[in-house]
Amino acid sequence: MSMVETTPGAWEPKIVAFCCHWCTYTGADLAGLNRMNYPANVRVLRIPCSGRMNPQYALDALNKGCDGVLVCGCHPGDCHYSTGNYFARRRMLVFKRLLEYQGLEPERFQVRWISGAEAGKFRDTVTEVVEQVRALGPLHLNHELVLSGMEVE
Amino acid sequence: MSRIGVFICYCGSNIAGTVDVEKVAEVARTLPNVVHAETNKYTCSDPGQAGVKAAIEKYNIDRVVMGTCSPRMHELTWRKLLADTPVNPYMLEVANLREQCSWVHKDKEVGTAKAIDLIKMAVAKVDKLSPLKSTQIPVTKRALVVGGGIAGMQAALDIADAGYQVTVVERETSLGGKMVMLDKTFPTMDCSACICTPKMSEVGSHPNITVKSYAEVESVEGYVGNFDVTIREKAKYIDYNLCTGCGACTTKCPTKVINNFEQGMSARPAIYKMFAQAVPAKPVIDAEHCRKIQENKCGACAKICPTGAIHYDDEDKVTTERYGAIVLTTGYQLIDWKPLYPEYGGGKYPDVITGLQFERLVNASGPTEGHILRPSDGKEPKNVVIIKCVGSRDPHKGVAYCSRACCMYGAKHAHQFLDKVPDGRCFVFYMDVRTPGKGYDEFYMNTLQDGAQYLRGRVSKIYKEGDRLVCLGEDTLTSAQIRIEADMVVLETAMVPAEGVDKLGSMLGVTRDKDLWLTEAHAKLRPVETNTAGVFLAGVAQGPKDIPDTVCQAGAAASKVIGLLNHDHLESNPQISRVNEALCQGDGACVNICPYHAITLVQKQFRENSQKITRTVASVNPGLCQGCGACTVTCRAGAMDLLGYTNESLMREVDALCQW
Repeated sequence: MSMVETTPGAWEPKIVAFCCHWCTYTGADLAGLNRMNYPANVRVLRIPCSGRMNPQYALDALNKGCDGVLVCGCHPGDCHYSTGNYFARRRMLVFKRLLEYQGLEPERFQVRWISGAEAGKFRDTVTEVVEQVRALGPLHLNHELVLSGMEVE
Repeated sequence: MSRIGVFICYCGSNIAGTVDVEKVAEVARTLPNVVHAETNKYTCSDPGQAGVKAAIEKYNIDRVVMGTCSPRMHELTWRKLLADTPVNPYMLEVANLREQCSWVHKDKEVGTAKAIDLIKMAVAKVDKLSPLKSTQIPVTKRALVVGGGIAGMQAALDIADAGYQVTVVERETSLGGKMVMLDKTFPTMDCSACICTPKMSEVGSHPNITVKSYAEVESVEGYVGNFDVTIREKAKYIDYNLCTGCGACTTKCPTKVINNFEQGMSARPAIYKMFAQAVPAKPVIDAEHCRKIQENKCGACAKICPTGAIHYDDEDKVTTERYGAIVLTTGYQLIDWKPLYPEYGGGKYPDVITGLQFERLVNASGPTEGHILRPSDGKEPKNVVIIKCVGSRDPHKGVAYCSRACCMYGAKHAHQFLDKVPDGRCFVFYMDVRTPGKGYDEFYMNTLQDGAQYLRGRVSKIYKEGDRLVCLGEDTLTSAQIRIEADMVVLETAMVPAEGVDKLGSMLGVTRDKDLWLTEAHAKLRPVETNTAGVFLAGVAQGPKDIPDTVCQAGAAASKVIGLLNHDHLESNPQISRVNEALCQGDGACVNICPYHAITLVQKQFRENSQKITRTVASVNPGLCQGCGACTVTCRAGAMDLLGYTNESLMREVDALCQW
């Protein structure tokens, strides 16, 4: 596995990871406690539950300059709020299809389940997604991605 | 215009090692609405915290970004710090500069750049947060215990002894549950009645405990500290204020009904006490079988009653009372083995009995006064076969799990039989012998010394030959085919959840696991709590266990209840969902998605175009909402938002991130 650190000047992929507070954010903290290394191309945005993940946030990120979006939550069956990630799982699946229909490469929007103990899986996932998006190059949208009928704000 | 203060921590060299902290602060000072940014060696230390407080005062700061370690480590510390200042404790955003930045990157330039971005994101988010206030939820200092078995009695006594009022709801006509049906308890062979009935009397006479027998929970409204519980007490047809419990009525009743307490092995009258030491020690009339109530004939019991306590026109009593906490101790029932095991006769041989029937047969106050006699002809059996794991550990027929107590009570039954029938022989068919517990394995060894023959294998068929039951099986240790002519067969059947617990669970938002037992909040760390705040579990309702474990769990649940009731008020989490009533369409999508039943639809009056109109809108119960935010995404109108994680603040965070 390559431990890519960014070099100034060159293009670097920008990834936003929406992580649930109880599992994946905890796993990401554990990766830090274990002094694991992963590419600095990911910014974690904390949400209480993957069920809180509004597709609009991902659209906003992709439309405004992120090259990839990662959504992470507790493993199905382990949701801190019992059922939130089940809803997220279905919603994100439909949303992913919609994005792909609009021409987005599948690697640019990914959903993973990472527990609070899976620091290694967090590191590996982040590394993998960064490398996949790096291989695709910068995201150039020739039209704005939309989610018809949804308005947030 | 907000006034943001940014505080960045060196954390010794933990953050400063890979992040140029001073440079981050310098950039922070240039961000919109940031009025002050400073660094500190150890922000969480006392001098560090004092520095934050001083800066808040000096620069008139109204919201704060802490660039420190993970919010999972110190978010609460910062909230407590802010509670001491004019800044609202929820006007806070923590940028995780340690666990998710300095500790995972080696290059200082990379780490510094990322830290700057994280601070920018936090500043953008905190700019859009609004002050939140916890509300005070009053606590009703009374507890409800559902189920009057040993778990419920122990929990009730522990809570009552701490000085709180407790109501015990029991579905049967007496307290005692399954334990009081048992003859003796392993491994000490205490007489069950001798240790269970004193508990029953103690519960019955405790000044802080009200027993509602022959009663069921009909509905539950409300939330932690304030559950409004409606209880239906079935008509007993006897005025308990007048009844002295003399029992004259039960001797005169001409009706005979199958006695369920004796596991169907004897009959009882239609006016009856469940058993001699029942608590309450007064009878009830079984309306379904009473000739007076059904056909308006007889009336013998009313004629003989010396106090005139019998009222045939009695009705169910429904009451609603408020409780602060609820303990569920609904226990178990034995699996109905008859349809599952046609190879064991499926119930057509009366001498193939369950473990609970054996308990009654061997009990001195049971139908045979403690003599082990065959139900079919009343003869003493000489050869007894005990089959363990009937239904347990058998997913194809019964359940996949181990019922935990059967290995021990199987050994106890073998011991009791060999004790009472010294010239008898006892064969125990087993899959494994599981005896983890204090004194348990020694008990099993003693049973082997008593002469019980343990055969590792299952019985494949039981059929009748003359007046004996032929059991065919295999001893898998010797690969021998076994054929035993038995006089009686005892099936140690699986425990399954008590009937009706599904309804109770869904009323309270308590889920059930794959085996339908009530689910604890965390298998290891919160074993007696449920995911519904204020609702606790004890005993077999949570999963199969023996009496010592049940009593432990009941005490644990009681201590949780006492801890809760000890508060006059609870602080609610203010980071919960909020409805924008102007946008709400009242379609109820949020109601269906909420795992805590925290959202209801209400009719509300609004003024629109100077006219009064009534609309249906969603309403969030702050005592029930846990702040997961599921409803916010499901709302098609975008009327739901999560305070502390509002759509606006998260979108600003995304925007800030995109500028990197």
